[in-house]
Amino acid sequence: MSQTARLTVQRGAPGQAHAERYDVPFEPGQSVLDGLRWIRAHRDPSLAFRFSCINANACKECMMLLDGKVIYACTERLTDGEMRIEPLGNKALIRDLVTEIAPPDERL
Amino acid sequence: MIHLETDVAIIGAGGAGMAAAIAASEAGSRSILLDRSLIGRGGATVMAQMTVAAAVGEQTEDHWTHHLKDTLAAGRGLCDERLARLLCEEGVAAIRKLQEWKVGWAAEDGHLKQVQAPGHDRPRCVYVDFLNTGPAVSKTLRTQVIRHDLIRRVGDLYALDIVLRDGAAVGVLAVHLHTGEPVLVAAPSVVIATGGLTRLYRRNSASLNMGGDGYALALRAGASLIDMEFVQFFPIGHLAPRLIGMDPIMWDPFRYKLGGRLLNGNREEFTQKYGVADGGRYQITRDQATYAITKEVEAGRGSPAGGAYLSFEHVPEAELRKAFGPIIDKLAKNGIDLTKTAIEVAPIAHYHMGGVRVGTDMETEVANLYCAGEAVGGANGANRLSGNAITEALAFGFVAGRNAAVRAQAAGAVGDIAADAAEGLAMLQAKGRPDAPNSAALIAALQDLMQDYVGPFRTQEKLTHALAALRRMRGELGDTPFGTGAAYDAERLDWYDLRTMLTVAEAVTMAAIARTESRGAHQREDFPGQDAEWEVNQVIRLAGTGELTLERRPVIREPELEAAS
Ligand SMILES: Cc1cc2nc3c(=O)[nH]c(=O)nc-3n(C[C@H](O)[C@H](O)[C@H](O)COP(=O)(O)OP(=O)(O)OC[C@H]3O[C@@H](n4cnc5c(N)ncnc54)[C@H](O)[C@@H]3O)c2cc1C
Ligand code: FES
Repeated sequence: MSQTARLTVQRGAPGQAHAERYDVPFEPGQSVLDGLRWIRAHRDPSLAFRFSCINANACKECMMLLDGKVIYACTERLTDGEMRIEPLGNKALIRDLVTEIAPPDERL
Repeated sequence: MIHLETDVAIIGAGGAGMAAAIAASEAGSRSILLDRSLIGRGGATVMAQMTVAAAVGEQTEDHWTHHLKDTLAAGRGLCDERLARLLCEEGVAAIRKLQEWKVGWAAEDGHLKQVQAPGHDRPRCVYVDFLNTGPAVSKTLRTQVIRHDLIRRVGDLYALDIVLRDGAAVGVLAVHLHTGEPVLVAAPSVVIATGGLTRLYRRNSASLNMGGDGYALALRAGASLIDMEFVQFFPIGHLAPRLIGMDPIMWDPFRYKLGGRLLNGNREEFTQKYGVADGGRYQITRDQATYAITKEVEAGRGSPAGGAYLSFEHVPEAELRKAFGPIIDKLAKNGIDLTKTAIEVAPIAHYHMGGVRVGTDMETEVANLYCAGEAVGGANGANRLSGNAITEALAFGFVAGRNAAVRAQAAGAVGDIAADAAEGLAMLQAKGRPDAPNSAALIAALQDLMQDYVGPFRTQEKLTHALAALRRMRGELGDTPFGTGAAYDAERLDWYDLRTMLTVAEAVTMAAIARTESRGAHQREDFPGQDAEWEVNQVIRLAGTGELTLERRPVIREPELEAAS
């Protein structure tokens, strides 16, 4: 049975951060990453977030904040109700949910 | 614009790219190891879970020639025998090297444990428990890479084009994802190590970065591709319920250990209808299982999510616990209790046999342009043995890195390449399209098309429909990138990906239309059976007009091997 997650997502470049709301239908068991990808394909393709492996929890790129707590978007499940999604607080913001997570000696 | 300069530019930091960087450094050359994702995290290597094949002869006596014989048999007459030989011969040294670097291959009684995977004539596959082979290989290589001062690692750098001067590679045009800024990496030799293309399909085991970038980079540079029609589908990819934190191909090792019954939507065994009674013992080959599941679904007897059930319900709990180890707890977190529920599985795109054409030095037809890993075509012919892919990534990576270093030392610095990259730079600086369609939805549509029309079972009708649709989509995509090119512009990134994916999808489809027979991973329902006339490779190039061209080429044999067998 389909449920609805009410996502409040931080958008924008540094200094222009604002929140946007999206209602995301989902089947129980789906991940926050599934929800964000659904938003891109159905609502707004400009939403930026990082991920690579999608299922394996191997790349560790999809870290972000859910209700203030650090999560992997690919292993955290969507829930029927309000969810606040923000970029990591302790890393430099690039845009939307993307932050500078590469080790310092692997950056340009 | 940012200018970087090095001896060897390596695109892609998976197993092949990291091995290439280490080998280049050992040969005395500097390298820039760049990746669109994080170093050692973005591709298939870190996700691999199972085994790695090499004739190290620890479990039982073995020799690389036995491994080669099995590899050639799996390739159904289409392997480039020189490359297959290199894989099997150099693979042994590569696995030993990883062992020296303490990757942690499973061992018992003073020898490495080797298991026998389907298609191998003896236990040949080493692994790291439990399901940890890829992460361990990746981490071990990364640790080595970090030790080499001659290697500079740069993540979040997306390679867009090989820069050419007088027809030879002189560097890479890339975009820095975090700023949107163009980056030129000037280098007298370049290695493409970008992995495979399985992201082209809706059901896949791919990461975001596996849309076939290296194939498109090579084509645009003037190199050719081989065997593009051969996409390997893995029959029992996880389908439902949604399983998170685990790879969709995870069920295979448990089938090796425990069997597991394949059931249709009516919960009946069905593989016997397609000629192979499985009896829960995992006797059915990958192609046969893919066929049987696909046909049951087509006949309306699929599981609710459109696949088959895989059931371990008959296996006692203690045995499950012994085989699955900590995985049982991960499954429990997903609400899956194998003693009570059957999960649903379906064929998913998993590996690509085809790829860039190279010689035994890993150089492409473009001077100073090398290729390594899954991006290379030819070694595995029409089908790949399980465990050969990581061996291929490592062995070819070491060879490519070594040769690219020697070439760089001979060729010397290339100077400023901005003028050579003018065309690509202009595209990067494009303003963007105001009326752009939803880029993420376009990618999903492409994946649906490939899954439904260029999947494991093909017909003329389906394939020609796909080709026309792909060309239409190419028109829709246009020549002007979406988005603005600002910092982490997700739409522009999709546009670059679509440009690649459409070209590569077209290459796969064209080759599949032309091959009017069934062989290995390419199965034509309208041309069942292998045809001796078709024991040839197909080679694809990008013509000056922007269209792909296809030609047949005789398979490259190794005379020495023929004589020996
Ligand atoms: C889930 C899974 C399980 C597998 N299990 C096994 C197994 O058990 N045994 C086995 O032998 N094989 C296995 N394989 C296959 C094997 O893992 C791969 O074939 C092999 O790891 C490929 O290595 P590679 O270095 O060529 O490519 P990858 O490891 O895929 O690395 C390619 C890198 O290139 C980067 N890249 C791509 N495009 C660009 C670009 N435009 N610019 C910059 N960087 C780019 C990517 O981000 C990535 O980091 C598995 C594959 C998958 C997907
Ligand atoms: S997407 Fe790779 S760890 Fe989450």
